[in-house]
Amino acid sequence: MNLEIALLLAQDGIANGAIYVLVALGTVLIFTVTRVIFVPFGDIAAYAALTLASFQLERTPGTIWLVMTLAGLALAMEVYTLLRRGEAHRLPMALLHYAVLPLIPIAAVWIVGGQRLPMAAEIALALALVMPIAPLLYRIAFRPLADAPVLVLLIVALAVHFAISGLALLFFGPEGFRTEPLTRAMFTIGTIVITGQSLLIVGASIVFGLLLFLFFGRTMAGKALRATAINRTGARLVGIRPAAAGELAFLLASVLAGTSGILIGPVATLYYDSGFILGLKAFVGAIIGGLVSYPVAALGAVFVGLLESYASFWNSSLKEVVVFASLIPVLLWRSLTFAHLEDEDEAEDAA
Amino acid sequence: MSAFLEIDDIHVAYGKMEAVRGVSLSLQAGQIVTVIGPNGAGKTTLLEATIGLLPSRGRIVFDGIDLRRLEIEDRVARGLCLVPERRELFGELSVIDNLLLGAYARRRDREGVRQDLATVFERFARLAERRNQLAATLSGGERQMLALGRALMARPRLLLLDEPSLGLAPLVVREIFRIIASLRSSGVSILLVEQNALAALETADYAYVLETGEIAHSGAAAALMHDPKVVATYLGGQA
Repeated sequence: MNLEIALLLAQDGIANGAIYVLVALGTVLIFTVTRVIFVPFGDIAAYAALTLASFQLERTPGTIWLVMTLAGLALAMEVYTLLRRGEAHRLPMALLHYAVLPLIPIAAVWIVGGQRLPMAAEIALALALVMPIAPLLYRIAFRPLADAPVLVLLIVALAVHFAISGLALLFFGPEGFRTEPLTRAMFTIGTIVITGQSLLIVGASIVFGLLLFLFFGRTMAGKALRATAINRTGARLVGIRPAAAGELAFLLASVLAGTSGILIGPVATLYYDSGFILGLKAFVGAIIGGLVSYPVAALGAVFVGLLESYASFWNSSLKEVVVFASLIPVLLWRSLTFAHLEDEDEAEDAA
Repeated sequence: MSAFLEIDDIHVAYGKMEAVRGVSLSLQAGQIVTVIGPNGAGKTTLLEATIGLLPSRGRIVFDGIDLRRLEIEDRVARGLCLVPERRELFGELSVIDNLLLGAYARRRDREGVRQDLATVFERFARLAERRNQLAATLSGGERQMLALGRALMARPRLLLLDEPSLGLAPLVVREIFRIIASLRSSGVSILLVEQNALAALETADYAYVLETGEIAHSGAAAALMHDPKVVATYLGGQA
């Protein structure tokens, strides 16, 4: 390997890593607020890319059926809960939340009816269509289990992953798609060619990282999410609803997942089940941050991207093995140097 | 006159074990009512059921509203506020963020929240000095002050205090009880659970003694302070 190849691989690795950063940040966000290890996260990224590909092929994406079904289920559950609790006055809000808002992008897709739109509009529509999926899944599958142990939540998350990636096969078929490039720009620095696409990916992940930082540091909603993550009981005692915090976390994470899907669409051929491996690699990054630290998770995700890139140069058939095997030293290091998370109560008392 | 808080025959169970059995108590607006009793008598359980952290059987009426159907967050929005024994602060957030989150239920009233923040800093000068420090780095006394301050940010009408003196140095305990007494004069009613019976009885208007989940005695705090049984069991013979 010479320097040029090393730099090329680094560029590739950082671009891939930047995608993992978005997914890793979303994974940490959802886990800290709701204790759910959201396995279908990558699937949502894949849905975003495949939805955009459908628009570009002038097809109606199957995503609308998924969103409609989920919205119907969520609405039915919410109406049942509200009626049983005798809170009929909250029905209009539930209707807005679980029926009207998710149906707006669906209506837009129908109106467009398979015609091509400007690229920006197609991307916005794909994102808007994918955005309700995670919050709706939260309402249906996770909110009723809010007090369940982490392991139960993980098993449910796995089941949800199998369900929605199976549905993706039904909606999009077994063939792979690649979306149109977002930009064809190229920059040359010395002997290195940097693609506009990879700059866009890195830029997007920096911008989203900064936005999250500002959201958590400056806004009341962001602080409420952090408070819920730090101490659920304390959060309830000041009037923060865990369900609302969970929904917001899932919504924000959805935006991250959707964006990563849109960004990865033009550089990798995505299949209905490509999301899982994407989510898993980002999960390795998130684990490096202990599933709680955003900056370390982001660095971990970049590390995973670089590792993958160099590993594929040496032996491309082993690149996944290298990435996942790197979990072992990370877990060893974490278990030796950090207090155990399950002893949360003791740690709090000792602090 | 109907009571501000009326707890009527409530039962709270952990599985099959009933920790609170048929407790009834009432509190008039503007009063400090204390519940004293030994460890494990069910005092914390009683408060946690009142705020809604634990499910209970029986009636809890606060300011004319039956609380049973309300979630914790709705009880908080109606002016009920618990300062728990474990404080439940947000350790990795700054003192000022902890206080601002205390006013979460009324976050749209920006001007009011700003004023209350100034008032809390006036009342607890130590918190003002440490406003940008993380809550986890505070000492025990400062944490109790922060927990109280955070609760006050919600503009509570009834404050439920669980062992506010627990684990604190005697000087800090006196300071905390001085603050509790001053809260009453600013119109906050208080239900105070304490093991430090003497300090609690000195501060309260009315007192209940809870033993193994049931009310054993009750009466005006001043009278209970001279009740021979209470003196012997909870005041160590000193009266």
